[in-house]
Amino acid sequence: MTWLLDNLELIGRLTGEHLRLSAIPIVLGFVLSIPLGWVAYRYRLTRGLILTLVGLLYTIPSLALFVLLPAIIGTPFLSEANVVIALTIYAVAIMSRSVADALGSVDPDVKQAATAIGYSSFRRFWAVDFPLAGPVVLAGLRVVAVSTVSLLTIGAAIGIDTLGYLFTNGYQRGIIVSVLTGVVVTVVIALVLDRVLVVIGRALMPWTRASRSSERSGVTRAFMTARRVREAVP
Amino acid sequence: MNLFADAFAWILNPGNWEGRNSIPQFIGEHLWYTVLAMILASAIAIPLGWYIGHTGRGRDIAVAATGAARALPSFGLLFLFVMIGGVANRDSSVMIVLALLAIPPILAGAYAGFEAIDRRVIDAARSMGMTERQIVARVEIPLGLPLLWGGLRNAVLQVVATVVLVGFVRNATLGYPIVQGIQINRFDQMLGASVLIIVLALLLDAIFALLERYATPAGVRAGRNRDHRTSSTRRRAAGGATPASTEKEMSV
Amino acid sequence: MFTARNKGRFALVAAAAGVSLALAGCATGDPLDDTTDPTTEPAEPGTSESITIGSQGYYSNEIIAEIYAQALEAAGFEVNRQFNIGQRDAYIPALESGQIDLFPEYTGNLLQYYVPDTEATQADEVYAELQVSLPDGLQVLDQSSATDQDSYNVTAEFAAENNLVTIADLAGVEGLILGGNPELEERPYGPTGLADVYGVEVSFDATGDATVDALLQGVVNVANVFSADPRIGENNLVTLEDPEGLFLASNVVPLASADLPQDAIDVINAVSAALTPEGLVAMNVQSTTDELSPAVIATQWLTENGLI
Repeated sequence: MTWLLDNLELIGRLTGEHLRLSAIPIVLGFVLSIPLGWVAYRYRLTRGLILTLVGLLYTIPSLALFVLLPAIIGTPFLSEANVVIALTIYAVAIMSRSVADALGSVDPDVKQAATAIGYSSFRRFWAVDFPLAGPVVLAGLRVVAVSTVSLLTIGAAIGIDTLGYLFTNGYQRGIIVSVLTGVVVTVVIALVLDRVLVVIGRALMPWTRASRSSERSGVTRAFMTARRVREAVP
Repeated sequence: MNLFADAFAWILNPGNWEGRNSIPQFIGEHLWYTVLAMILASAIAIPLGWYIGHTGRGRDIAVAATGAARALPSFGLLFLFVMIGGVANRDSSVMIVLALLAIPPILAGAYAGFEAIDRRVIDAARSMGMTERQIVARVEIPLGLPLLWGGLRNAVLQVVATVVLVGFVRNATLGYPIVQGIQINRFDQMLGASVLIIVLALLLDAIFALLERYATPAGVRAGRNRDHRTSSTRRRAAGGATPASTEKEMSV
Repeated sequence: MFTARNKGRFALVAAAAGVSLALAGCATGDPLDDTTDPTTEPAEPGTSESITIGSQGYYSNEIIAEIYAQALEAAGFEVNRQFNIGQRDAYIPALESGQIDLFPEYTGNLLQYYVPDTEATQADEVYAELQVSLPDGLQVLDQSSATDQDSYNVTAEFAAENNLVTIADLAGVEGLILGGNPELEERPYGPTGLADVYGVEVSFDATGDATVDALLQGVVNVANVFSADPRIGENNLVTLEDPEGLFLASNVVPLASADLPQDAIDVINAVSAALTPEGLVAMNVQSTTDELSPAVIATQWLTENGLI
């Protein structure tokens, strides 16, 4: 317990670093996967190719990817870019399938109606297709957020300041409270981020609020729609 | 690229295929941890998921708990359990960590499989005089299988990649050449082992994809062409216009 | 459905996406093309007063680095901490390229990095050879008397049972399992060295950071432990003597860039002069048993030794 009280500042600093380093891959993964997911959804030929490729990326063990990136793309060894890029790759792997599935779930009648009342295809994408795909995209994004926060801890094994430092350092020094604190704070951050995404989703997609009362089918449907959205793995 | 050539040289080096720390040994250990963890997780998650799916009881708790379990950092959890349980029991610690990782997707697959079944099918079964036990065994389990296999497939991919962490606590699995490679700066073995893990993951994925397809009853397979997810999500999306109808549909 | 209100929301989505894109651009711009300094705090290469200190991902090394940092800060230098770097192969290039200016090192292990087949084993030989083996741009400052080197340890009971005093005595013992970090398996002093130099056959268990626990719990019966690890004394472990010099002497030594200012060198040399083997073990006890943070331990030690 003394450890906990003595190290509040360290825990706070690492939490801040952890949040900052998680935010970048989540945002980048989201942004990059929109065009990728769209291409995968739009063109039957590329769909299999893109989804297989991103699926492949995703089976690379994260620990290895963190270390191999500098050797492959020439980033400096100590750079946090290695972790950020690796986690962005996982995020894209999850999200682009999610976006493709989500776009595929939009009712073709609605799209036709939008085209009929004069929407250009670009405008229709942003004003109709993408918003309607929103709930499924959000489900994928939530998976990305939670797994990014969790995977980031492994960065400590290569000297990146994250909450994982509390694992490696606590394990060396035999301080269980340190490791336990790291686990708890990581879970809390992940769940808070998840909640934040849900709240943002509700604010931006008010029509989904109606279904809150029946989350039962919501959960099932999210699972079914996103079941090909495999979760990220270390 | 040179690095990849080195990695393949490491994989193909005959010296790495025999004796202590051989590639077949690492692969065997990797599979052993993966399969055991999957069995352990399934033994817990499948009955629980079916129970939740059939009765609808405890679903909120299950959703919350699996959400939290997904956020658990396996890396820290492994150290925590090894510290608490002792080095002598490190394999049990590894199993618990891997099972905790595999339980959420399997559980979700199990209960989502039940919940995705058209309620009218269940009602029909009941009206035919089936007991609850018969409904579970003859209707819900077979019809829920495709989603269950999907959940198992998700789980096995996560487990096979996470087994790498074993390398931090003992010299076993394909994680060991990676963890050791970091310490001694051997990129060939790090990348080589990663390639083997990817291949292993793809093979397991293919096996589960086949199981998902062929282990399901013919009737279910035929029904899958009209995928529930497409129609239901479509309805949900369109439901934005008429929330009332969505509500009704969802509470069926 | 496409009311003005909803369109407003979609515009909001688009705006949010745009902002996040911009933010992401800013945030990643730094690490992506940042070849000079990977820390969050941008260093000022122009000012010679700013000194970047690194440390290994080893708690004891971090304490020493923190001592360097606080001593330099007390002398008026601006210090940048880049701690917890796992691999020597990651931080040595950073030192060579000037991203890091100062790093607590260990003479024997560092010499083996540059001269893998070195013959030196005694502290002075190792230090002398190290001084001539470093690449241009790097220097070692005065070595301290504190050592923290690999050593083979057994429990007191196991030593008594088998009459063990030196590593050579292990030769007759059956069923030896050696525990240590994964790297040990490939190091010259690992299982191969044991067999070649002492004729001792062991199987290897990569028990990593839990090696001492593994020894105490009987998972392994010989453990590679750093000599400054307080648990050797706390648990009455017997460190086996090494008459053949399997292990190189490894004293704590500051590895520094060649252009470290002289007044900084003087500060660090004063620290090394005061750092004793007992002092290092005592600080490790404060870290593991008393669970004090490196900063607190460093301040205490510097104060006790009249350095700040």
